[in-house]
Amino acid sequence: MLILVLGENLLVTFLGWEGVGTCSYFLISFWHERGSAATAGKKAFVTNRVGDWGFMMAMFFAFQATGTLSYLGINAAADGLTKTTATAIALFAFVGACGKSAQLPLYLWLPDAMEGPTPVSALIHAATMVTAGVFLMCRMAPILEVSSSYAPTVIAIVGCATALFAATIAVAQNDIKKVLAYSTISQLGYMFLAVGSGAYVAAIFHMVTHAFFKALLFLGSGSVIHGMHHEQDMRRMGALRKFMPITFGTFIVGWLAIAGVPPFAGFWSKDDILLAAYDKSPVLWFVGLVTALLTAYYMTRQVIMVFYGEARWHDAHDEHGAHGDLQPHESPWIMVAPLVVLAGLSTVGGGLNLPFSHKTERLASWLEPVVGGHESDTAKLPLALIATAIGLVGILLAYLVYARKKAKAFEPAILEQGWMYDQSVSAFMGGPGRKSFQALSWFDRNVIDGAVNGVGRLVRGTAGEVRKVQTGYVRQYAAALGVGVVLSLAWFVIVRGVL
Amino acid sequence: MSFPILTSMVMVPAGGALVVALLSNRRPEWIKLVALLASVFTGSLSIWTMSSFDTADAGFQFISKHPWIEPWGISWNLGVDGISLFLVVLTGVLFPLVIIGIDPHHDHKRYLSWMLLLEAGMMGSFLSLDLFLFFVFFEIVLVPMYFLIGGWGYENRVYAATKFFLYTMVGSAFMLVGVVATAMLARSNGVGYLTFDLVVIAEKAQFAASTGRWLFFAFAVAFAVKVPMFPLHTWLPDAHTQAPTGGSVILAGVMLKLGTYGLLRFGLYLFPEASYWARPLFLTLAVVGILYGAIAATMQTDLKRLVAYSSVAHLGFIVLGSFAFTSQSLSGSVLQMINHGISTGALFLLVGMIYERRHTREIAELSGLQKVAPIFAGAFMIVMLSSIGVPGLNGFAGEYLILIGSFLTARWWTVVAATGVILAALYLLWAYQRVFHGEPSDDNRSFPELKLKEAAVLLPFIGLIVFCGVYPKPMLDRIEPSVNALITHVSEKTGYVEPGVPQPLTQSADVVATEPGDEEQP
Repeated sequence: MLILVLGENLLVTFLGWEGVGTCSYFLISFWHERGSAATAGKKAFVTNRVGDWGFMMAMFFAFQATGTLSYLGINAAADGLTKTTATAIALFAFVGACGKSAQLPLYLWLPDAMEGPTPVSALIHAATMVTAGVFLMCRMAPILEVSSSYAPTVIAIVGCATALFAATIAVAQNDIKKVLAYSTISQLGYMFLAVGSGAYVAAIFHMVTHAFFKALLFLGSGSVIHGMHHEQDMRRMGALRKFMPITFGTFIVGWLAIAGVPPFAGFWSKDDILLAAYDKSPVLWFVGLVTALLTAYYMTRQVIMVFYGEARWHDAHDEHGAHGDLQPHESPWIMVAPLVVLAGLSTVGGGLNLPFSHKTERLASWLEPVVGGHESDTAKLPLALIATAIGLVGILLAYLVYARKKAKAFEPAILEQGWMYDQSVSAFMGGPGRKSFQALSWFDRNVIDGAVNGVGRLVRGTAGEVRKVQTGYVRQYAAALGVGVVLSLAWFVIVRGVL
Repeated sequence: MSFPILTSMVMVPAGGALVVALLSNRRPEWIKLVALLASVFTGSLSIWTMSSFDTADAGFQFISKHPWIEPWGISWNLGVDGISLFLVVLTGVLFPLVIIGIDPHHDHKRYLSWMLLLEAGMMGSFLSLDLFLFFVFFEIVLVPMYFLIGGWGYENRVYAATKFFLYTMVGSAFMLVGVVATAMLARSNGVGYLTFDLVVIAEKAQFAASTGRWLFFAFAVAFAVKVPMFPLHTWLPDAHTQAPTGGSVILAGVMLKLGTYGLLRFGLYLFPEASYWARPLFLTLAVVGILYGAIAATMQTDLKRLVAYSSVAHLGFIVLGSFAFTSQSLSGSVLQMINHGISTGALFLLVGMIYERRHTREIAELSGLQKVAPIFAGAFMIVMLSSIGVPGLNGFAGEYLILIGSFLTARWWTVVAATGVILAALYLLWAYQRVFHGEPSDDNRSFPELKLKEAAVLLPFIGLIVFCGVYPKPMLDRIEPSVNALITHVSEKTGYVEPGVPQPLTQSADVVATEPGDEEQP
């Protein structure tokens, strides 16, 4: 990971990029006896490889056009690039980023990656590794600036679509980690929305705050899973706030942060992004807003299902016979301490970049020399108020549905199944995809190798026929000899006229 | 006169083969000792060659030339340059490892004798600078391999051995015609006297374009079979699968490189105009081979067959790099020949160990081995990742150079070829999952862990995999001058201009960004 971030050129970044990918493969399939974990690891690696292909192409284009892979060199040469080349580099790099940062259509691997141990999910699948794509795009910012205008737009649209898409799925998940996984995808979508809108500072800012609160939420969920004796289904939780007070308290902080409630960290960074999106296009801003609503909604749903309501784990205790009567308990201090630290960071993390004056925009002035600033003359306050209001509406809605049971929960099966996207891809791979691979294998065995063996059979068959001439009878040989002599003589005498 | 090091590298294993063949069957320990000594001595000679190799000299070094059949201009002419150097070293290193590490189970005497003869043939092929001599060695190699597959192989060995022999012979027949015709035509086209000397013909002969192309194809068919290039590859899965482990390691490790090496030495160098002309054909076949081999590998149910098809894909990369005509891609190709030899050789070794334990190569019969034999699984994993081309391991260095170099002259071929990288991850990880992950079935529960002797044989492989991946610079330093000389030679003969890349705008003096070897910190 450090190689990835500290690399001064694309190749070293790629080295780290692949390194974390490989480690992520090992970690996801950590419980390798479990078939699903092994499959998830493989899926993560292969999907990431699709992204790597894009990364490599971007590198090749950049190398051909600028003669170097160093960021300094590429960025210095950026102004001299043709529009087409710059667009090609930007879009191929984005394919790479889509793979690593789990954007549409390559996000598939991230939900499955939750098969890995929870601290792994917290560290690499929420905070660090998956944001590498955002990092890469910010690094390539000067290229993005000179590419055709549709390149950033594509990035913004993909980011925005992913944000909304994943948020809708998160609404109907029942696995505590799956909710957070889809939430991560959705938040990464936000970051790409920022990149596509030219607000690199906002993207990095959100990356940082997201790292705080999402790691907090993941570790919190890990603590819950631990306290619940490896139960991950939220339908079998509830009322845990009494049993796990510290986990509960810190989880609440994470929840408020991600829902965009001021003054928690998530509010500031999300607001920055929405502002930039508004400058790019109000449509993007609106979709981002809807996503914010959904985010607040599904996170509140999660908090209520896990920590409030009645305890639903008593009826499940038969399956946990080995543990005796299931008794949730608070985790040991070593698991709780990081939660407290992260909760602190999630609270004050917004201080990195407060939009009040240039002086408080510390992150922005720090990054400006590298990625350039993003100036906006849109009124910030109304947008911020709308965003906050939307977040609160989301919380309220979820409260009404899940705590007060005012309305029936809206969790259609298609959302729970992730719009059937994963299944369709799997079905395609397992069905027509596999069939075509098998067809090729058949072709190899029967047509290509068949031709080879056919030649062999032809030779053998011809030889078999010709062999029959060799009968071993002296009289036949003599006859053939005689006929041969007569014919030869006839040739010389009649045709050539020798005599 | 200095010590004839190259001649010794051919003669020592050949002599060893003879001694082993003459020794009594009742003294197996003597047989093993002689075989071991001969191969280890040859290996040390090859390493000595490498260490005293002059990196500044792009031409042939350690030349040892003696007239052989003087009226026809045939001579015993050996020499080594940056392109052949590491193939020679690889041959020198692989054979002792195979001889120590793999037990043929029966007929040790004949087995070891054939092995040593094979080594002599391989060395001779890589070192020959005389067309006729090269042909002789190229053919000699077939004989021991035929007997190794036929004598110590698996259930379908006779079919595989015969197919291997006949298929390669068909190619060789073309090459024989090519060898003779080249020498004859060179005499009347610029050389002036009859000689089979490679360097003389390459430098002096001026073939008409059509003549050169015909001659090129006579050679190219033989090499294309040997590589093997799609669609001439079907002997390979059979030969690989049926060969004994030692045979497979040698076959994949060095023998296939005869084809790719031949394409460089007797294609690009000898017939630059024709090679450049045939470029689209070879690039296309290479890319088809990459994808085709990978897809076919995905669908194999036999672990060894899977590795064999992966070779088809990997060799496709090497051909792609060879026919892209840039210094990066050609260096990458030469490097990848070595890397493929190391990693695929090690893969066959591991698959052989699985067979020794379970007497099956069927993927479906194996499961959960990581649980019962974690160290074995770890070794397999490292080798597999190197084959996939994960950065930091050797497979990446070559593959990356090939792709980035090819991109400059053959952009769209490269774009398609690079998807082979995705497929490589697919078929290998899938196989790994089926064999090593999950719960072990009853048959696999008693799968023995890696033994000390096996580990000792694997360690050099893994060491090389890591070393060449992290720090390929010493190798590239030796490869590059010769590769650049080859490109200059092609440019002189054809007027082809290697496309450069623009000078980087800002560049600190101590960083050379185009050299991956310089950047990867050990």
